[in-house]
Amino acid sequence: MTLFIEQCLNGLQFGLLLFLLAAGLTLVFGIMDLVNLAHGSLYMLGAYFAATFAVMTGSFVLAAVLAVAATLVIGMAVELIVMRRLYGRDHLDHVLGTFGLILFFDETVRLIWGPGGRSLPVPSWLNQSIEIIPGFQYSAYRLAIIVVSLVVALFLYVLVVRTRTGMLIRAGASNREMVGALGVNIKLLYTLVFGLGAALAGLAGLMQAPILTVQIGMGENILILAFVITVIGGIGSIRGAMVAALLVGFIDTLGRAYLPELLADVLGRSAASAAAPALSSMLIYILMAVILIVKPQGLFPAAGAK
Amino acid sequence: MHKALLAVGAAMLLAAGPVSAQQKSVKIGFVSTFSGPAAAIGNDMRNSFELALDHLGRKMGGLPVEVIYEDDGLKPEVGKQKTEKLVESDKVDFVAGYIWSNVVYASYKPIVDAKTFLIIANAGETRLAGANCSPFIFSTSWTNDQNPHAVADYMNQKGVKSVYLIGPNYAAGKENLAGFKEAYKGKVLGEDYTTWPSQLDFSAELAKAKAAKAEAVYMFYPGAAGVQFLNQYAQAGLKGSIPLYTTFSIDSLSLPRQKDGAVGVISALQWAADLPNDANKKFVGDFKKKFGTEPSFYGAQSYDAANLIASAVAGVKGNLSDKAAVRKALEKADFKSVRGDFKFGSNHYPTQNFYMQQVVKEGDTYTQKTIATAEKNVPNPHAAQCSMK
Amino acid sequence: MSGTLSPRNAVTAALVLALVLLPLYVAATGDRFMLTLFTRIVILALAAVSLNLILGYGSMMSFGHAAYLGIGGYTVSILAFEGVPSGFIQWPAALAVSALFALVVGALSLRTRGVYFIMITLAFAQMVYYLASGMARYGGDDGLSLDSRSQFAGLLDLSNKAVFYYVCLALLLGSIFLVWRLTKSRFGLVLQGTRSNETRMRAIGFPTFRYQLAAFVIAGTMGGLAGALIANHTEFVSPAMMFWTRSGDLIVMVVLGGMGTLFGPVYGALALLFLEQFLPGLISASVRPFNPAGADKAGEYWQIVLGPLLLVVVIFARGGIDGLLQALSRRTDRTAGAGHD
Repeated sequence: MTLFIEQCLNGLQFGLLLFLLAAGLTLVFGIMDLVNLAHGSLYMLGAYFAATFAVMTGSFVLAAVLAVAATLVIGMAVELIVMRRLYGRDHLDHVLGTFGLILFFDETVRLIWGPGGRSLPVPSWLNQSIEIIPGFQYSAYRLAIIVVSLVVALFLYVLVVRTRTGMLIRAGASNREMVGALGVNIKLLYTLVFGLGAALAGLAGLMQAPILTVQIGMGENILILAFVITVIGGIGSIRGAMVAALLVGFIDTLGRAYLPELLADVLGRSAASAAAPALSSMLIYILMAVILIVKPQGLFPAAGAK
Repeated sequence: MHKALLAVGAAMLLAAGPVSAQQKSVKIGFVSTFSGPAAAIGNDMRNSFELALDHLGRKMGGLPVEVIYEDDGLKPEVGKQKTEKLVESDKVDFVAGYIWSNVVYASYKPIVDAKTFLIIANAGETRLAGANCSPFIFSTSWTNDQNPHAVADYMNQKGVKSVYLIGPNYAAGKENLAGFKEAYKGKVLGEDYTTWPSQLDFSAELAKAKAAKAEAVYMFYPGAAGVQFLNQYAQAGLKGSIPLYTTFSIDSLSLPRQKDGAVGVISALQWAADLPNDANKKFVGDFKKKFGTEPSFYGAQSYDAANLIASAVAGVKGNLSDKAAVRKALEKADFKSVRGDFKFGSNHYPTQNFYMQQVVKEGDTYTQKTIATAEKNVPNPHAAQCSMK
Repeated sequence: MSGTLSPRNAVTAALVLALVLLPLYVAATGDRFMLTLFTRIVILALAAVSLNLILGYGSMMSFGHAAYLGIGGYTVSILAFEGVPSGFIQWPAALAVSALFALVVGALSLRTRGVYFIMITLAFAQMVYYLASGMARYGGDDGLSLDSRSQFAGLLDLSNKAVFYYVCLALLLGSIFLVWRLTKSRFGLVLQGTRSNETRMRAIGFPTFRYQLAAFVIAGTMGGLAGALIANHTEFVSPAMMFWTRSGDLIVMVVLGGMGTLFGPVYGALALLFLEQFLPGLISASVRPFNPAGADKAGEYWQIVLGPLLLVVVIFARGGIDGLLQALSRRTDRTAGAGHD
């Protein structure tokens, strides 16, 4: 039973992390109608910045704050220099242009930080396990990720639902021309939203960094999952992103944990251990295909979205 | 436009590889990973190979040496393409290197078909030592199942009664765990294979290992994944409560990033930086002087590969066109290996000792100390399946 | 294509001629690697031509085209592994399986539009990717080696590199011819009409869904053929050939060469593989005068040039290489006013 609880917490932690990544993606997607494959590169940059700042400052928390600020700046710069020219273009142009950006960022990181990757050590006060309920230990760091992600999610919810900026963001997701007609500085709004998405990706990257390591290409695998979440949840919908992220996080973790045993009865032990990781990865895409076939605009389509 | 491209391409190809009728130099192709997360391994191999050439005065059997390094990007089909270029376009005399089992298995055929010699400096693909062995294939390393076999032997000696296994789901991973299970006499309480190389979060597997209450955990994760595994092992609260054994997951490249996570972990290798022979002292000392870091076992095997090739070129007095003579000279292995005595078995894989090493912290530095000799003079276990056609 | 000898047509003719004569050059210089490289270029050009049929002419933005290459390749390799070496069985099987897969994927995906279509085609490709890495019997993640190339009862010896090259080239030219016939037919006109205004086409009474699905299946089948050729060329298949970045590479080829043009994908494949092969050398050569020691290392960073190059093409040169050639043709031959499409 404790094993099951632990696996559920792992799934929750992974799902929330995916949410941070997907939230920025779905906002940019919904408001600017921009497919940004380079979102994973910002995730990677967040991790690299944090690793560097951690060495410079000696403090994990300070490094994290600086890294989020740095990805925010980089994100806004990318928007100003590149993305701005891609608005209103074909999705194909977005895919291709941002694919080029991935290559550029990967190589630039290699040039600056070298090919070997970095490590970002967990601060010692989090590098332990805590007894949550008697007889059940859980990693303090993963618990911290869960808490931080929940706080950020709450902040996003308040921002989008309760503030004027949020109203504009929501309006932008459902009717772009209308927001422009209201006399809002739409260019500034776009830059800010893109920067916010970048900062969220950077935060996800730096929080994941101590668990995984900091390395080139770390964004490419997780990016596709973030896209899947965006699409399942409905483009532009923060709520949809949350539901879909948790769904994907649980399927991935619980699939890996329990499929080998389930399959062992059918396939035999060694074949099952080979097939299970593949099948649990496939489950996510099967889920997405089924959802899109039944609801072609995702679970929570933003009102008025095309 | 394409004409210009063609012209440029043709000119560059011609500039890259003029075909010489006479043996004027020794041409060696070296395939490894120089980009992406595993590039650190490739760089270490290249540095060691270059160091060996420096020690040889950049000459073999009186001929100048030319090395062409190619990056496989950790992809089998890219490795194969680069290998074909080396064999068909550059017309090299030897191809050396290869970190990954799947890359070398995809690439070996064009080398052997062209009657070029392949010196594997790491990848331990078992089929190339057994059923698919060839007179043109030599190895300065091991097969994937040998080192885990040594670890299991050591654990048997220590009386470790149960173990949980975790490894990546690709050829080397499966062969590694299979090698362990073959020798281990205690109880295997569970085994997990993870998607390679994309899965880097081992929380689900570690949770199961913890719940299984095994006496020890054995794992195999080369390169950056090994760093992640050790991080997560500590975060899951397993470090200190369940001893960890491994192979190929801790080396001088990853140790500076693994740090405290690696302290106490035990692994088995055929070579160690503290082996007390003269060739090794020279290699380790000069490597530290030139590159400022400790060499890894990848480097040690590459250093041996360069010296093995040099011994063969000298043995045939630079006449590399006589393939049978080159092969005989290679089989003699007439060079000073950094692992001590070196000789080939019938399948061209070394017969060697395996040493147990444990990570210790001395002041601010982390190193691996040799604590025991697990197995002595072990021939490669796949020689029986090798008919050497 | 206009009948006049515009620079664009001249370049196309020179390209085809160069491709046909390449084995003679190789025989003269002994540089067999050129043949290996160009066989790969020709096969990937075939894959790009197939993607161009739906992407360029049909405006169906498939982000999972590498799956068909994988399916074709795996069908050939699995049959060979199970003791069926005959190409007369392997190749039709590869075509049939990829056609069937395209039919299923197309029928389900074409219910969605825009970015959802992109993502659902990607999802299906990822499923095949993971399926292949889960098949322990066929090598899983490591892939599967082919012991010998497909056998055609002594009629064709594919292990001869020049013969294999000509087979690939003939299939490429045949595919281009097929695409040309298709786009000139009523079928092609409806397909292209759907691209510009689907509602109108449907209002006129064309069953656009069926036309699009047919194009999707044809493209998938041609992709499967390219996969069968790749398996024979590298004598090796692995799940990596279906990873999403490979589908991205194919899109890059089509757009770099020129979408919705006959020979654009061929230019694109040629350009991308030439960049991959020679850009590192070019960078090294241009760095060497300034920094001889770092020159070799600099070449390893060639993607730092390729990435922005793609962006520049997207932002400033939408027509790709073929678009540049067309612009060149227009400038030299303003009066002819040939209508390109």
